[in-house]
Amino acid sequence: MKPTGSQILLECLKQEGVDTIFGYPGGAVINIYNDLFDSDIHHVLTRHEQAAVHAADGYSRASGKAGVVIATSGPGATNTVTGLATAYMDSIPLVVITGQVPTPLIGNDAFQEADMIGISRPITKHNYLVRDVRDLARTVKQAFYIARTGRPGPVLIDLPKDVQIDTTNFIYPEKVELAGYKPTYGANHRQIDKAVKMILSAQKPVVYVGGGAVLADAAAELKDFAEMVQAPVTTTLMAKSAFPTPHPLCLGLLGMHGTYYANMAVTNSDLLIAVGARFDDRVTGRIATFAPHAKIIHIDIDPTSIKKNVRVDLPIVGNLRDVLQGLIARLASSGGELSKTVENTAPWRDEISAWKASHPMSYTPSKTVIKPQFVIEKIRELTAEDAIISTEVGQHQMWTAQFFDFYQPRTFLTSGGLGTMGFGLPAALGAQVAYPDRQVIDISGDGSFQMNSQELATLVQYRLPVKIAILNNNFLGMVRQWQEMFFDRRYSQTCMELPIDFVKLAEAYGAVGMRAEKTDEVEPLIRKALETPGPVIMEFKVSREENVLPMVPPAAGLNEMVLAS
Amino acid sequence: MKHTISVLVENEFGVLARVSGLFSGRGFNIESLSVAPTLDPSISRMTIVTRGDDQVLEQVTKQLNKLIDTIKVIDFTGYDFVERELALVKVNAEDETRAEVLRIVDIFRGKVVDVTPKSYTIEITGAPAKVNAILDLLQPMGIKELVRSGPVVIGRGPKGWKSS
Repeated sequence: MKPTGSQILLECLKQEGVDTIFGYPGGAVINIYNDLFDSDIHHVLTRHEQAAVHAADGYSRASGKAGVVIATSGPGATNTVTGLATAYMDSIPLVVITGQVPTPLIGNDAFQEADMIGISRPITKHNYLVRDVRDLARTVKQAFYIARTGRPGPVLIDLPKDVQIDTTNFIYPEKVELAGYKPTYGANHRQIDKAVKMILSAQKPVVYVGGGAVLADAAAELKDFAEMVQAPVTTTLMAKSAFPTPHPLCLGLLGMHGTYYANMAVTNSDLLIAVGARFDDRVTGRIATFAPHAKIIHIDIDPTSIKKNVRVDLPIVGNLRDVLQGLIARLASSGGELSKTVENTAPWRDEISAWKASHPMSYTPSKTVIKPQFVIEKIRELTAEDAIISTEVGQHQMWTAQFFDFYQPRTFLTSGGLGTMGFGLPAALGAQVAYPDRQVIDISGDGSFQMNSQELATLVQYRLPVKIAILNNNFLGMVRQWQEMFFDRRYSQTCMELPIDFVKLAEAYGAVGMRAEKTDEVEPLIRKALETPGPVIMEFKVSREENVLPMVPPAAGLNEMVLAS
Repeated sequence: MKHTISVLVENEFGVLARVSGLFSGRGFNIESLSVAPTLDPSISRMTIVTRGDDQVLEQVTKQLNKLIDTIKVIDFTGYDFVERELALVKVNAEDETRAEVLRIVDIFRGKVVDVTPKSYTIEITGAPAKVNAILDLLQPMGIKELVRSGPVVIGRGPKGWKSS
């Protein structure tokens, strides 16, 4: 007997090495779920389709594998939209399969029908409507290939119900043939030579690293390159885990909430080497005053990222690992020139050290009121180096980027491009599924946490021991900070006036809840939570009007920071 | 500056929406767009006229290339190419103007493709500037309806797009 579309789909997933799916059943995918019942693929039932996509996203960010999601048609499919947009902005490889009404009903405003191809077009790398079961295997093959290669991204497959039921011979194609899709990998030697020349003649070089370094698994090459040239390294939010924070060459975050010394280094540099970064507005501040004295080398796999926001003196399109290896090989054979450059740039490193000494990252500690930055430092102190940290979006996210030291790539999961509140908890869930034995911690705020708090149920059901730190200030803190700084302290709709008892909420789901209200309770609580099996909410009542500093006000230059007092 | 771009795309479901959505989503401008299959029915060719400075045009071509369905993007700016547009014009042709309309059509090597006692429908082909010129001359007679195809272009010389 010939297999059905839904059987073919599951067989294709197996051929692609998929062992875990995040999803939520419904009428238009009921056939797939019926076959899943007999399959050895592990399915994680989240409590919301948005969370299923974020969970697959967290799974992918932590493991490097493509994440897979199944959702039903109509509302199930539209619930994936925020997850798709989040993954698209941060270039995360996902394959999202949505059910669709039967092909004869498409366009008829049928029950639970939504035009997912139209809706998801600008927030996916590519999407497919499969109208014939004979196209299904080829489509799945292409979807995984497109999601994983080049600049990765989410791909959506919209699968009508009748196509899931139809039968055909199953042949999984071995190769992908796409006339219009040939991602560039190898580095152009001439460009590499030019880059080496620029690097060897620089006096004040800075390496500016973006999320591409994590996606390309190029952390080792990056470290070799930076150490070889002795160039200081600043990372974007997305690249926090790509370069070890305690490394002497690490300048930490740049941009709106970057360190004083990273922003000063970029502003005063004469050569900026951008590695898998895209000059986002939160990074550059006012473009006219961004790195005004620097020549810019831009290395990226995606040609559209180059010269999109800033002028570039030397573009290099290619896979970061290949390009960095090329640079390292050429520099290694440059002999005395390299050591001369390292010597010439010593005064630059001294200048930066002076900035670091005069304006280190700091906050005003308190012996009584819990400072959010203190909680973050303590979590770092008490967890393993390979602990996976996710965040939601807002002040707690920036404090994590500023005060948490990262040692290994793929240990920091955060929504950088889209800035999606509610991302962190399901992302942590997905990461814990990928690594059941590692510590996974979601650092959250009270606002963001409530955007996907239903996933506590999923954590408890699958015994996923994610620890959730809620830095509770009863405010939508980042918006409140902007209102304080730029809107005369008019706190319009940012005070979360109903205090939630997060301890009871945890208990209602069968998880453990703990609360700290004073500074000296923080460390014992974190210790206890980490020793407790299963999911735990750690609620910290933190100082309410703490600000994230330094801050480059919107549309200001990177050197015009508001600093911590 | 005005640019005329040819985009060769896989003749797949929704490809026009991908291209037009790219332009609207990124704030690029489209002055005209024409599309039809090529000799190979699995490939369609779009001709897009757009405006923008060099930086914008670099993004336009890169973003078009990034679409999975795009096989090739050719910006004809700076190259030698033939550009043609088709217009169908329904123009008033009452007693006193009938002869004048025909004279103008003759000068522009147009064709009358439909006749009524009160009107002529004229077919005119040429570079957009030529179409504009005849429209200027016909305007005083009273144009009742106009349809333009938007330009299509092809490079000069012996090579086809696959080798250009």
